[in-house]
Amino acid sequence: MPDERKKILEVHHLKQYFNVGKKDEVRAVDDVSFDIYEGETFGLVGESGSGKTTCGRAIIRLYDPTDGEIIFNGKDISKLKGKKEMHEFRREMQMIFQDPYASLNPRMKVKDIVAEGIDIHGLAKDDADRTKQVEDLLETVGLNKDHSSRYPHEFSGGQRQRIGIARALAVEPKFIIADEPISALDVSIQAQVVNLMKELQVKQNLTYLFIAHDLSMVKYISDRIGVMHYGKILEIGPADEVYGHPLHDYTKSLISAVPVPDPEFERNRKQVAYDETAEMDGKKRRMVEIAPGHFVRAAEDEVAMYTQRAVDAGLITE
Amino acid sequence: MVENPNNIEINPGDFAPLDKQAGPDKEKIAAPSLTFGQDVWRRLKANKTAFVSFIVLLLLFLMAFGGQALYHHDPNAQAPKYANLPPKIPGVNIHGLNGHITQSGQDVDAYKQAGASSSVHYVLGTDYLGRDLLARIMYGTRISLEIALIATLIDLTIGVGLGILSGWKGGRVDIFIQRIIEILSSIPSLVVMVLMATAFTKTGMASIIAALALINWTTMARLTRAQTLQLKNQDFILAARTLGESAPKIAWKHLLPNLSSVIIIQTMFTIPNAIFFEAFLSYIGIGISSPQASLGTLISDGQKNFQFLPYQMWYPAAVLIILMLAFNLLGDGLRDAFDPKSKR
Amino acid sequence: MENPENVIEVRNLEINFHTYAGEVKAIRDVSFDLRKGETLAIVGESGSGKSVTTRSLMGLLAPNAEIKKGSIMFHGDDIIKKSEKEMQHIRGKDIAMIFQDPMTSLDPTMRIGMQIAEPLMKHKGLKKKEAIAQALEMLKLVGITNPEGRINDYPYQFSGGMRQRIVIAIALVCYPEVLIADEPTTALDVTIQAQILDLMKDLQNRIDTSIIFITHDLGVVAGMADRVAVMYAGKIVEYGTVDEIFFNPQHPYTWGLLNSMPTLDTEGGSLSAIPGTPPDLLDPPVGDAFAARSDYAMKIDTQQEPPFFKVSDTHYAATWLLHPDAPKVTPPAEIVRRQQKFAAMQKPEAPIKSDTKE
Repeated sequence: MPDERKKILEVHHLKQYFNVGKKDEVRAVDDVSFDIYEGETFGLVGESGSGKTTCGRAIIRLYDPTDGEIIFNGKDISKLKGKKEMHEFRREMQMIFQDPYASLNPRMKVKDIVAEGIDIHGLAKDDADRTKQVEDLLETVGLNKDHSSRYPHEFSGGQRQRIGIARALAVEPKFIIADEPISALDVSIQAQVVNLMKELQVKQNLTYLFIAHDLSMVKYISDRIGVMHYGKILEIGPADEVYGHPLHDYTKSLISAVPVPDPEFERNRKQVAYDETAEMDGKKRRMVEIAPGHFVRAAEDEVAMYTQRAVDAGLITE
Repeated sequence: MVENPNNIEINPGDFAPLDKQAGPDKEKIAAPSLTFGQDVWRRLKANKTAFVSFIVLLLLFLMAFGGQALYHHDPNAQAPKYANLPPKIPGVNIHGLNGHITQSGQDVDAYKQAGASSSVHYVLGTDYLGRDLLARIMYGTRISLEIALIATLIDLTIGVGLGILSGWKGGRVDIFIQRIIEILSSIPSLVVMVLMATAFTKTGMASIIAALALINWTTMARLTRAQTLQLKNQDFILAARTLGESAPKIAWKHLLPNLSSVIIIQTMFTIPNAIFFEAFLSYIGIGISSPQASLGTLISDGQKNFQFLPYQMWYPAAVLIILMLAFNLLGDGLRDAFDPKSKR
Repeated sequence: MENPENVIEVRNLEINFHTYAGEVKAIRDVSFDLRKGETLAIVGESGSGKSVTTRSLMGLLAPNAEIKKGSIMFHGDDIIKKSEKEMQHIRGKDIAMIFQDPMTSLDPTMRIGMQIAEPLMKHKGLKKKEAIAQALEMLKLVGITNPEGRINDYPYQFSGGMRQRIVIAIALVCYPEVLIADEPTTALDVTIQAQILDLMKDLQNRIDTSIIFITHDLGVVAGMADRVAVMYAGKIVEYGTVDEIFFNPQHPYTWGLLNSMPTLDTEGGSLSAIPGTPPDLLDPPVGDAFAARSDYAMKIDTQQEPPFFKVSDTHYAATWLLHPDAPKVTPPAEIVRRQQKFAAMQKPEAPIKSDTKE
């Protein structure tokens, strides 16, 4: 099924290794490929050590990728040359961080934090314009403008996370990588931040790469989900399909472990165990489209099994 | 924990829905806004020892740099006939402060012996050349402080600069700077001083400052490097990078303010060390040379007459001790004040 | 003790923190019981006072904390009145605690066998050899594979999940009557979390410990708790059995919490977030502290503090909505759905009770 929508980001065979060639070489991201369409939210799920954060940081070029292509708006940003190109790219793509306590400089006033991007890219005509832009941004994320002369430590976690979002929005990016933006927040505040992100997505036509380990929230916010494990993507597909009818054993195990706020459900829950060694039998695996838009990392002799699973789940007919 | 709520008075209108606009502010922050500096100052004031040290230091600085405006005596003016006079404060009749000394068991008015007129009095006495000791102590303290402050300033610039560079760049730059630091810190400081004395052809302020700066910056560089390594992976630094901030600006806007506590505390310990090192050099004769004076030379001079005229050594020594103590206690206090863990 | 089944009875606890800006009223009149063999979950946001409450049970409050009022009865003694020395005998032996971060709660320079054996040597006076032997048993119990081979390893040689198992082994080695678990799985991945929770349930059945489980994750609560206390702004606002809290909640804050989580069936649209932030306890609001963020707030909420209203013998909630004169309100759709399920659960021949161990 050819997708008519425009791809804003294409990641091809991205590899991010650390300490290359040394004894302690780490293959944090190992041959990862996926596309993100304009205006959608792509959820990248995985446990700690799966390489999801590294993947996000490689895409936004906090790291220099070891190998592979990252095509953003038709341009390969893994090979950006020169300060000018990089500077332009920095306006297009922004990031929201996990820890709202570490992501704001404790020695800076909120207005200077939010205005950082405005200052770097010279987006304000004068001081009055700068102040106005900051106040508008604070209002956009639901904070009062008289908060702007306070310091980060005076705010709660949720408020800080909103300040971080305002900072990212200041440069009017098209694409935002949200690296576990809600996992450090309280439940009631998580919903606030997620709603804010959804609202902004519609208003400002943003595309999100949403990195998280919390499957229930990812499923809710994302259009499509990619599941990462040990530096590789094991399954990609529409959010409901991946969550409702996971094809890969690892995804099944992950979903079965998510606690649900329903005592009755919890009493009858069966956790599916996952055997990691299945991935390490040395077989050559690649992403295979089992159902339309639903890919699984599989070896040639496993394709039939996954296809059968998809048939059983009603995703495809024979 | 069961209370039955029958005894509560309820008015009919109480169950009306609350007007949301008139309701309390949902995003209210009750605590007063405090900048980091104010917060540190508040905690420093609460620490009695550190605060007293701070006041004492302030007074010593005033005395050293402003004292001569009030006490018009040339620290280098020699008056051989008034040599070795004990302290005399007019109107005070306490032994030791009234110009009398004990000579071979007898109480003698030293000023009368020297044939000084009644209008002549030296508050802290005179040295073996008849120079006013108070003026010399003020002058000596100033020289000592100047040396320490200039040396520390140079330390700071080199140490913080190279420390940040080393921590931020990593890789080869880091290895190179670290090796230099290791080599420098393995040379005994006395050797460095002698080398500097040779390089400057004579000993004096310049050579001491050069030696101090060369020796001391390594500690500062190590500390800032360690902090920078920690800070550079903090999310707010990453955020600045994703916004396109250049490395020098990140260092200036994000690293330095967050390094400031470490730098200030370290400075508080570097200064007294520098003062002490200078005093030590001057004391053993390879430091400040006359007619300049520093606390070290004053102590050294005083020590020659210590048996008979102990005040000549006691007073400069007391100033040195108070200076050292105040700096160290203030440094301790600042460390506590900067430490976020002591916050609520 | 009012009830012989109670292990701990907390009454009218009030704790203030002295700060430069004034007194932060962290715990404002909290009372609860912990029964033998049960798991009591205390749910709340950060700053709601759930961690402070349990730290006071351990006698581990920060130096600037002051217990203004109240009592914590354990075995007929008031823990608050105990000296640090006496508390050291209770801590680890009768009341043990598991913290959130398994890395910082282990001593990185000590072999894990010794860390598990230490409380036995201290509290039970065992010889080193016997203590190590029991430590080995404990390692088997918490599911460390090849315990003989790993007993002399250091903490860094274990993964996060394994470390938390070791922390649990240390906490349970003296078979304490009460185990306080302060967000024990928050730092762990979901699959590891599920394993650790299963382990805790299993161990609780074996050694009959009462657990106070502190968390902000309602999913975890649903799976672990027998009873639940919901805390907000330094107070307990609702408590009841796990089914009562999840299927028949009464306090608007509990509604808000349950409603703000996406469930399996949540589709598109926006989540119902609770607007605003919790009040600053430097200056707690008059009346119901949740009023400012509640869609169901009434005038009385800003004037008088609601007392606990009885919903059932085991279920109480502090909200004026339960007052007989209060207008009937319709809770959010998700809560209505849950309450319907509750009604259906009540109908069958025998009322389904939560699976408390009796």
